[in-house]
Amino acid sequence: MTLRQTRLLFLALGFLMLGVTAFIALTALEDNLVYFKSPTDIAESSSMPVGKIRIGGLVAKESLTKIGLENRFVVTDLQNRIDVSFEGVLPDLFREGQGVVAEGQFKTANIFVADTVLAKHDENYMPREVADALKETGVWQGNTSSGSQE
Amino acid sequence: MIAEIGHFAMILAFCVALIQSTLPLYGAHRNRQAFLLIAAPAAKLQFFLLFCAFAVLTVKFIQSDFSLWLVTANSHADKPFIYRLTGVWGNHEGSMLLWILMLAAYGAGIAHFSKSMPDALKARVLGVQGMIGVAFLAFSLFTSNPFARIISPPFEGNGLNPILQDPALAVHPPLLYAGYVGFSLAFSFSVAALMSGKVSHDWAKWVRPWTLLAWLSLTLGIAVGSFWAYYELGWGGFWFWDPVENASFMPWLAGTALLHSALVTARRNTLHSWTMLLAILTFGLCIAGTFLVRSGVLTSVHAFATDPTRGVFILMILGILVGGALLLFAMRSAGLSLADKNVPFQPVSREGALILNNVFLASATATVFLGTIYPLVIDSFGLGKISVGAPYYNAVFVPLITPLLMLMPIGPLSGWGHSEISPVIKKLAMAFVLAVLGGLTVLIMSAGHQGGAALGVGLSLWLMLGALADLGKKIRFNSVPLMRLPENILKLPLQQWGSILAHGGLGVMILGIVGTTAWRSEVVQAVVPGAVMKISGYEVTFNIEARVSGENYTAERGEFSVRRGDVDVALLKPEKRFYTVERQSTTEAAILKNLAGHLYIVIADKTISDGMASRVVRIWYHPLVAFIWIGGLIMALGGVAGLTRREVKSFSSDNV
Repeated sequence: MTLRQTRLLFLALGFLMLGVTAFIALTALEDNLVYFKSPTDIAESSSMPVGKIRIGGLVAKESLTKIGLENRFVVTDLQNRIDVSFEGVLPDLFREGQGVVAEGQFKTANIFVADTVLAKHDENYMPREVADALKETGVWQGNTSSGSQE
Repeated sequence: MIAEIGHFAMILAFCVALIQSTLPLYGAHRNRQAFLLIAAPAAKLQFFLLFCAFAVLTVKFIQSDFSLWLVTANSHADKPFIYRLTGVWGNHEGSMLLWILMLAAYGAGIAHFSKSMPDALKARVLGVQGMIGVAFLAFSLFTSNPFARIISPPFEGNGLNPILQDPALAVHPPLLYAGYVGFSLAFSFSVAALMSGKVSHDWAKWVRPWTLLAWLSLTLGIAVGSFWAYYELGWGGFWFWDPVENASFMPWLAGTALLHSALVTARRNTLHSWTMLLAILTFGLCIAGTFLVRSGVLTSVHAFATDPTRGVFILMILGILVGGALLLFAMRSAGLSLADKNVPFQPVSREGALILNNVFLASATATVFLGTIYPLVIDSFGLGKISVGAPYYNAVFVPLITPLLMLMPIGPLSGWGHSEISPVIKKLAMAFVLAVLGGLTVLIMSAGHQGGAALGVGLSLWLMLGALADLGKKIRFNSVPLMRLPENILKLPLQQWGSILAHGGLGVMILGIVGTTAWRSEVVQAVVPGAVMKISGYEVTFNIEARVSGENYTAERGEFSVRRGDVDVALLKPEKRFYTVERQSTTEAAILKNLAGHLYIVIADKTISDGMASRVVRIWYHPLVAFIWIGGLIMALGGVAGLTRREVKSFSSDNV
């Protein structure tokens, strides 16, 4: 093979692969995106979100109850509230009054059934989505820096 | 006072790095021997100074000197000794210093070990290395000074995140950084070659061992991190496609591609431009990873405290270093004068297989990059908040990696330059048949339900048997009498084991991944003492629970006796710990480890079940899971074996 043919082969191979990769990646991305909504977003939207979403906010104080394996709690941005049901083991950092993100879907209009619950691994720190959602509703007053110098 | 010495050593190192990044480059450009020769001593001095700074910080952590802000924020006098020590890099500032120390160590390594390298090339490589040093030392000194003092020191520190209080902290970050930072040398070599405008045919041979060292460190670092996450986070996953994991995985993928393309460049004296571009991009991904972890754009266990100025600073470093290098590449790569003419290229050859390897690895890197960066881009344009999780990665990764894995055993068995297909087919026929049989067996036994597992088992066998075929070829299995074989195996040069172990190790790892992904079973139950749970042939009895206290925590500890058939196998004691200083709880899983599988028990919250106060208990059985990390270890051993290759003088002399 001459150098020219080699180059052409590389180029063709490269473009083919680029096309295939882009196709696979974009299709997969479209099918697997999960949107984040705050309780206020949910309350303000006219229709119930369909499919898997993420919600986040603070775990309302004294809202956690456990029966068997089911955990019930309320996620709030201090304006609106969402009842959440989660069957399984809550993360170590889950705490009332702290930030939380839950992934799942609305099974009925009132109850968000979570299949994953994420609490931040650092208790001084709030999940970014939650902090932003709280800022939007104007209740945010803390700072996110966990080790700010005094 | 001693802390100020550390700080001063860092500032001096910064000055030395400034000199290292200017005078030698000028000397190389103008051919002034005196300037040129500054490079090596400067690199060693920079390393020495940073070593002093790091030693000082370590001493301060051991002493629990709370007049240092960093020690106060991340340590505690009651903390066990090992965590006071490893706590040095359990935070942003200290880990950054470790990062820079390693950068300097690689520079000093080049200065010391690469004796056969021409002075001009060495000066340029160390000059570029010095630039990276300047950038990151400035970052550390101006935004993340580890030696900052507190005016009125507290009596006690805030402690270390309990998740980090684990022996794995001693090795995971250093290995990972040795990997990240090691790729800086490949970057420096590329930029040096582009600056000089010419590539000698030994260029790739000087790059390769350092790249290999970086690669094997990163492999080990990721494997340790994965094992750590598996036992510490309390839910038995080994890989979460967390953006921060991706931050280490992308350089690994690109670095693996680089390792293989550098092989082609070293052996066939071709693909120089591509190898250089890959080297630049690989290190670019390392810096991008540093940005992801340290800028606060992500939420993750690895993400350090947020400070927007840091993110901006790292982006600037990324822009200047990688942007500059890419610009240089665009201007110079076409006009590179090679020492020898390009060798005619045959598609059916080892280099052909290696190029396909690169195509697939580059594509895989791109898809991981897209998934990691897409939510950040969408968010920064205010288009909404989204997340991209494991389903995306599984959907893109399997179709891209499967063909790569299929090609993997073929590469090492085909010859350089020109190759006939038929001898390769002959050598791999047995492996292929057995792999297909293995896959079919899984498919039939699952009544056609586990296509994914069947594919995985087939690929795993294909890789492992392919590695054996590679070994068979190297010891001339077919042409020597059986008696001679042990002798041939022992006599096989260590470097020859490189591809055998690396490729076979990946096969072992895939077996583990398939095992735990396809055949894992789980029991979650709210139980009272006396309850019996059954899982995968094990009978687990919840005996009792008790409160216990450790060195710096209190814990609720469950006691479980495990029986299999009529035999008591183990007594497992998982804990739910509460760290008093940090006011944080962690889950300590208890794991019964066998090669065949892990029985993994955690205890969770208290709950009410049937009106009784109960404990939520979660038990997994993870079949074959240990092979994931054993495979990673074997791969890294392959890297070690590859390192034993002596610097080869000419690319024509060693035809295997």
